[in-house]
Parts: sequence; C-alpha cells; structure tokens
Amino acid sequence: MTENLSDSLALDATDRCIINTLQTGLPICERPYAAAAEQLGITEEGLLSRLSGLRDQGFISRLGPMFHAEKLGGGLTLAAMQVPDDAYEKVSTQVNAYTEVAHNYRRNHIFNMWFVLATETPEEIENVLVSIAEETGYPVFNMPKQEEFFVGLKLEI
Amino acid sequence: MDAIDRQIITATQGGLPLTARPYHQVAEQLGLVPEEVIQRCQRMLEAGIIRRVALVPNHYKLGYTANGMSVWNIPDTVVRAMGVKIGALSFVSHCYRRPRHLPDWPYNFFVMVHGRNRAEVETKVDRLAAVLGPYDLEHDILYSTRILKKTGFRLHHQRIE
Repeated sequence: MTENLSDSLALDATDRCIINTLQTGLPICERPYAAAAEQLGITEEGLLSRLSGLRDQGFISRLGPMFHAEKLGGGLTLAAMQVPDDAYEKVSTQVNAYTEVAHNYRRNHIFNMWFVLATETPEEIENVLVSIAEETGYPVFNMPKQEEFFVGLKLEI
Repeated sequence: MDAIDRQIITATQGGLPLTARPYHQVAEQLGLVPEEVIQRCQRMLEAGIIRRVALVPNHYKLGYTANGMSVWNIPDTVVRAMGVKIGALSFVSHCYRRPRHLPDWPYNFFVMVHGRNRAEVETKVDRLAAVLGPYDLEHDILYSTRILKKTGFRLHHQRIE
C-alpha cells in the first residue's frame, strides 16, 4: 500500500484533473481529446501525451466505450457460495475452471466465495449455476442485478 | 445492433486509440467511413448500449486498495428512492438491488465503496447509514481478501468492464 501511495503521489495536479474529468466521459465526435483538452485548459497534444504516459505507468485501466452487458444480449449475474476452509482450494479450482466465470473473489464473510458469471445468452446462467452446485456439492446463491442505480467509478484523486 | 455495430464494439473493446482522431483510426481498421463510426457510436450511446466513453482509472495503483462491498437490508418499498440518492454519492461506484435469500442472506441492496483503507471505507459506510436512516434495518461490509480469478469478460466476443 505504501507503494501505491507513493505511486499516486507521482501524479501532478494536471494528471489528477485529467483522471477526475475523463471518468465522467469524453464526447463522441471527430476529435474527442481536443474537446476534453479545451475543457481542461490544455492542448490536445498535451492531453494525448499525458494520457499515454498515465496508461504506460498503469494508472489507467481502460479508456474507451463502456458497454452495457445486458444490452449486448448476454447473461450476467453475481453468485455466492459458503465454502468450508478445508474445501476452499478445491472448490475455487472447480469454479474458476468455468470459462463463464469472469471474476471470483474471496470475501471475509460466511458467504466467502463471490463470482461473476457472463454467458452468451441469459438462459445459460441457470445451467451453469446448477452445474457448479452439482460439481462442488455446495449450494450456489444467485444474486442477479434486479435494478441498477449507478455504475462507474468516479474516484476523486 | 447489427453486424457493423458488433464490429465497432469488437474493435473498441480494448479501448479507444490515443490519437487525435480515434474514430478515424477505428474506421480505417474496419474499412468504414469515419462519419459512420461516429454516428453508430452516438446511436449506441443513445440506446444505452454504450454507457459512456470514459477513462477507468486503475484504483489499486491510485491507492484505493480497500474495496468494500456494503450490503444492506432495506424495505423493498424504498429501494428505488434510496438507490437514486446513494448512487449519486461520489464515493459509490456500483449500486444495485439484488434478491434476498432468507434466512441465509437478508440483504437486498448492494453498494460498492472504495477507499484507501478499511477505516476510510467504514467512514463512508457510516455516511450511507446516515442517508438511509431508519431504512437501514441491518448492514454489513464484505472485503475482498483474495482475487481467485480475474479475466476481462466477453459476451459475444466483446469485452465488458
């Protein structure tokens, strides 16, 4: 964490301003960076060079269109399991082996395994969940998003 | 969404080129005219297929290493009103209604909170509790303690955040 803190201290005020502003969005037009640069009070060239620097140093995870998963026609859900410690490694290997499992996190709770499933069609979600439960021998709790209120990072740095 | 839209999605899934005219570069790559790529992206934005074109910071690298999934049991009747209020807070990155699984899981409202450490996350969760007031029937914070798997996920060959 000390390393992370010193990493972020390497950013100057302009870098921070760029990151903060561009989290909100870039216009879709011929020269989006020029439009953003104008808003930031810097040149388009200056913005592009700072952005490549920030990207190369690993400060940017992604810069581009953020897609709405469900609207692309696929299935998406969050699922959770309660896995005893002595079975954890085995179950984790079994779950991770599914290509449909995109992310899997251990969390500090009785529900200690949380994964995101992404499938080609919404119908496949149920099959994969049943299959994971049968293979591991532990129940899988499906926690699909029923309503969404905000998605997107807007960290103030 | 047609085949050309899908081509554009596939071409931009890894990000938009860092060049003065990024859509021109995408167009050239796909053998389309730039105006068509721009128009189609604008249309996908209006349709909500593209949420927005934006920068996603690497929050770990920026020092935000404590990411708490706060989970809340709040009355179903107020979820929407509270969701709008909570989603507007600057330190909230995701805010969803999800199903309860009684008796094991009483929580129906998930709010991701990012902080530089757990104390900071807890302070922010206290602020959420204050906003929810009497509707906060019970809540908990789950921290990720290990990444078991993390791959960019793809739907129809498209990578999603």
